[in-house]
Amino acid sequence: MTVLPKWADAILIPLLSILISFVISGLVILYLGLNPFEALRLMVTGALGSSYGWGYTLFYTTNFIFTGLCAAIAFHARLFNIGGEGQATLGGLGVALVCLAVPWPHWTLALPAALIGGALFGAAWAFIPAWLQARRGSHIVITTIMFNYIAAALMVYLLVEILKPEGSMDPATRRFGPGAELPLFSDIFGLVGIPFSSSAPANISFFIALLACLLFWLLVWRTRLGYEIRAYGHSETAADYAGISPVRMIIIAMIVSGALAGCMAINSVMATERLVLNSVEGAGFIGLAVALMGRSHPVGVILAALLFGFLYQGGGELALWANIPRELIILIQGLVILFTGALDNMVRMPLERIFLMIRRPGRQGA
Amino acid sequence: MDFLTLLQVLDTTVRLATPLLFACLAGLVCERAGIFDIGLEGKMLASAFFSAAVAAISGSVWIGLLAGVMASVALAGVHGLASITFRGNQLISGVAINFLASGLTVLIAQDWFGQGGRTPSLSGGARFNEIKLPFADLLSGLPYIGQSYAELFSGHSLLVYVGFLTVPLTWWVIFRTRFGLRLRAAGENPEAVDTAGVNVIRLRYTAIAICGLLCGLAGVYLATGLQAGFVKEMSSGRGFIALAALIFAKWRPWYALFSCLLFGFFQALSFRPDVVKAVTSLDVPGQLLDALPYILTVVILAGFVGKAIPPRAGGEPYVKEN
Amino acid sequence: MSESSETAGRPDAVAPAIELRGISKSFGHVQANKDISMRVMPGTIHGIIGENGAGKSTLMSILYGFYKADAGEILVGGTKTDIPDSQAAIAAGIGMVFQHFKLVENFTVLENVILGAEDGVRLKPSLARARSLLTELAREYELNVDPDERIEDLSVGHQQRVEILKALYRHADILILDEPTGVLTPSEADHLFRILKGLRDEGKTIILITHKLREIMDVTDTVSVMRRGEMTATVRTSGTNPQELAELMVGRKVLLRVDKKKADPGKKVLEIEDLRVVDDDGVERLKGISLDLRQGEILGIAGVAGNGQSELLQVLGGCRGATGRIRLNGEEIDPSDHVLDGQVWRGRGVSHVPEDRQREGLILDFFAWENMAFGYHHAPEYQKSRWLMDNAAIRRESGKKMERFDVRPPIPELAAKNFSGGNQQKIVLAREIERDPDVLLVGQPTRGVDIGAIEFIHQQIVELRDRGKAILLLSVELDEILSLADRIAVMFDGQIMGERMPDQTNEHELGLLMAGITDTASAA
Repeated sequence: MTVLPKWADAILIPLLSILISFVISGLVILYLGLNPFEALRLMVTGALGSSYGWGYTLFYTTNFIFTGLCAAIAFHARLFNIGGEGQATLGGLGVALVCLAVPWPHWTLALPAALIGGALFGAAWAFIPAWLQARRGSHIVITTIMFNYIAAALMVYLLVEILKPEGSMDPATRRFGPGAELPLFSDIFGLVGIPFSSSAPANISFFIALLACLLFWLLVWRTRLGYEIRAYGHSETAADYAGISPVRMIIIAMIVSGALAGCMAINSVMATERLVLNSVEGAGFIGLAVALMGRSHPVGVILAALLFGFLYQGGGELALWANIPRELIILIQGLVILFTGALDNMVRMPLERIFLMIRRPGRQGA
Repeated sequence: MDFLTLLQVLDTTVRLATPLLFACLAGLVCERAGIFDIGLEGKMLASAFFSAAVAAISGSVWIGLLAGVMASVALAGVHGLASITFRGNQLISGVAINFLASGLTVLIAQDWFGQGGRTPSLSGGARFNEIKLPFADLLSGLPYIGQSYAELFSGHSLLVYVGFLTVPLTWWVIFRTRFGLRLRAAGENPEAVDTAGVNVIRLRYTAIAICGLLCGLAGVYLATGLQAGFVKEMSSGRGFIALAALIFAKWRPWYALFSCLLFGFFQALSFRPDVVKAVTSLDVPGQLLDALPYILTVVILAGFVGKAIPPRAGGEPYVKEN
Repeated sequence: MSESSETAGRPDAVAPAIELRGISKSFGHVQANKDISMRVMPGTIHGIIGENGAGKSTLMSILYGFYKADAGEILVGGTKTDIPDSQAAIAAGIGMVFQHFKLVENFTVLENVILGAEDGVRLKPSLARARSLLTELAREYELNVDPDERIEDLSVGHQQRVEILKALYRHADILILDEPTGVLTPSEADHLFRILKGLRDEGKTIILITHKLREIMDVTDTVSVMRRGEMTATVRTSGTNPQELAELMVGRKVLLRVDKKKADPGKKVLEIEDLRVVDDDGVERLKGISLDLRQGEILGIAGVAGNGQSELLQVLGGCRGATGRIRLNGEEIDPSDHVLDGQVWRGRGVSHVPEDRQREGLILDFFAWENMAFGYHHAPEYQKSRWLMDNAAIRRESGKKMERFDVRPPIPELAAKNFSGGNQQKIVLAREIERDPDVLLVGQPTRGVDIGAIEFIHQQIVELRDRGKAILLLSVELDEILSLADRIAVMFDGQIMGERMPDQTNEHELGLLMAGITDTASAA
């Protein structure tokens, strides 16, 4: 039954899948007229070569940790939440409203309030598709996608018609007050005397994201609720037998999922200090790739988010220096989802055969 | 609102319903065979780009059509590989295909044309132009019937007519032929098909290829019929709306026609806020009209308009077991 | 290996309809078929008997092209034949009626019959031809089914006939039936056997796979016995007896009765009155069930699968809502859907061993220790604090329970899917019995479990009874009910047809009840 040792399942297979994705991406880059190794060098220098690059890489990583956890908790309940994008958009609205509502005296007060605002709005946006799935049996994949489009239309309406300050042409809110400014890495590392670029947006939210990972781990593997979510995800009939309500599981898992996506906005929106159109920039979708690659485990999610943070920042550099559009990241994300998610067996089956071959003679010898 | 305005709205409805219809029938064939395909969107987008790009380069819409369909079928092949051969998760595979398409189209568009992810606009033989049906001019003077003929039935591109003819064809194939019987059986109980001595794998690959072909036509129409060229993300959720239309149609070809027309109508409304305002005397925000097809999709999926039973073996990879 | 002995009486010129030579097949490290040779003569009914997991189904799947044998060859009508897929099997004249029918539920009988054997691109001519052929076959073999009925509207017995018709439509000369009577009432089974004998008399060859000795004795001409993947003997049916076959099957003397003392029923624990269930399709599955269950007794529910037993168990386990009255230890419990779930029942001392351990009783991807808390994960002793579970405590306890129930291997850190069927069942039983419940609901406790484990499981159930607990036992195996139950209720079509004491009844009487024939009707 289980041929592969645990480490191969958790580490080797994802690594091989990613390798295949990268090889194909490299071939595409080659086709676009750039030496893939040159591209890699550009990306590494741009994303990791300076504290400025690191600042951006970790800024994106923070986003992707949140959206990755968002997809991961849904995966544990065997739900496919493609709505991270829309939920994060609404989370942005929540954060912005909180930041604008009160002239915050200090970020230590603004941050928890904004966090709650973002989480609530994100959760609410996830609740509707969840309820429709649980009670009306509507396909959660399609409804969450629809809610992404609806969220986008809603944001255009709000920013153009309602939240835009008078006289401005820009579809964006007014600036948040100085009390809602989060400490950047340059401020934090400055305290211990480490110089860090002050123009990079990485901020304290990164540590909140790491904390979220810890809480996620506790929730999924140490609480009754997590136990029930996983049980439901593995077998609905068994969950029913054990008295675990499917309706409750779907709704709770999606609310947690949406809240995590919404939390992303403390990073993306508070760093820009106002809410603009398309503040999510595809991070919700990248979360799917991050969760699949990270095997829905927080440690995996952190590593995968770091990789995608690097790709995102590095991809920006490529766009700048090599005339390769940022859409490269969407392609890579598609490839990663394809190979780590849908084509898992393509890597797994030959690997299992190899392991069987290695193991057999060993057994006979023993 | 006068009759001519109504005709204009309906005319737009027909145009906008056509890509939905192709995609919806594509999904129908695929899901009837037991494969869920959430990647209709991506296939449509890929086909839209390649048809427009190749048509722009070659100057012939027919070569463009071939290229578009081939791109779509190739992506369908990837979906087949993932969901049939390697028994992977069909949802994940579909989502991946959507991302592949939206990334690749822009990358290649930029590489080939350098216009920020779009193709040059098409004209003349590089587009499917409008076909005027016989006597359209003559009859247009005739009130109502003649006007309808000239405005609504005449003056569409070839693919619109093909799309509408695909409906009876699909119906016939699905319900009146050997292939259709086996296809439906594969979506309900693939074991029954296998033990009856029919190769389920080949059957499902055939269904996926047809799905690719039809999605391809949807994309070709989008870029060379409805519009004159490719722009980034131009499928804008049509693949998903088509899936909702498919559920609303209870996986039946004729119902699919009507549900696609319904969605087409709502899309048409978003182009005519003036009409909406005139009829409802409400100042409906444009963004709400834009979102209307998506909202309608959610409402329909919520089953507030009737319950649908999908093919029983849908979404499950076929694994031989006893 | 044992050569078949019946060829001696026949002229050598007749080639066997089917001959297997040295067939072997293994899955991973499990060898399902070991060097099997067998001959089946044309125009005979040949039985293959063996316990669950003896390798019968694997062997037949090889014959029908579902699996590829690792070694050995197949001869059909004397010529060596390769059977890589079902298509080849059909071409060789082999038809198969599976235990779980391979029918498309929402297709008509005609559509199912022609599927895969259509005459041309268009369906119409095929449908017409099939219709006339069906009329013919119906007349000839008592195989009547309405050709335009949908499969989902047919009774199980009729669905089985469609499977036979499918095979005959494909010109099958050799018909394999895998456990065909598991889902049939005794009278339906008799009808089937009449059909099979009719087919044999027309010259067809029939292979009947079963684990029921009575069927072998009733209809077969020759019989092969399988045990642990090997064919242990092939004998003429008239020259053997059930006791001998049973010993060949199991490999040692079998205990036909469970060793237990007489029950000493105490006060009523569970009282059920007028329980009704309507399913999602609007079909009434339980039609006013009333039952009492007392301390210290095992109440057996007998019946052919699909007559409402599963629904009864689901209601009592909290997986399904119902109307009616339920009293547990004298206290009223509302059985409707929105009130009840498995948690409520467990909280009141009702444990539940579900019918399907893999789909219901276990999370196969969970560790054994995680499964040991399944359903009881709210229990106070499993909590470390208000929010966190005490995984260490669960793990510790699981180890002990697994030892006590002889689960092999007794390793809590192993995923449930890595245990054999019998050991998975022991995990479920350990979890439920060790809670020391007032009431234990047990569904199909020994389905797909090897013989050693069966004895152990039966002992555990009897021991629980002897501790004064009430047990509701559901089983489609009449033998199991007869040997284990202290009182037997028979279900048919969502109703209780009657109650009997095991020492005052027999298989025949219960069989009639299972077919819905009550005493008065049979007397009339």
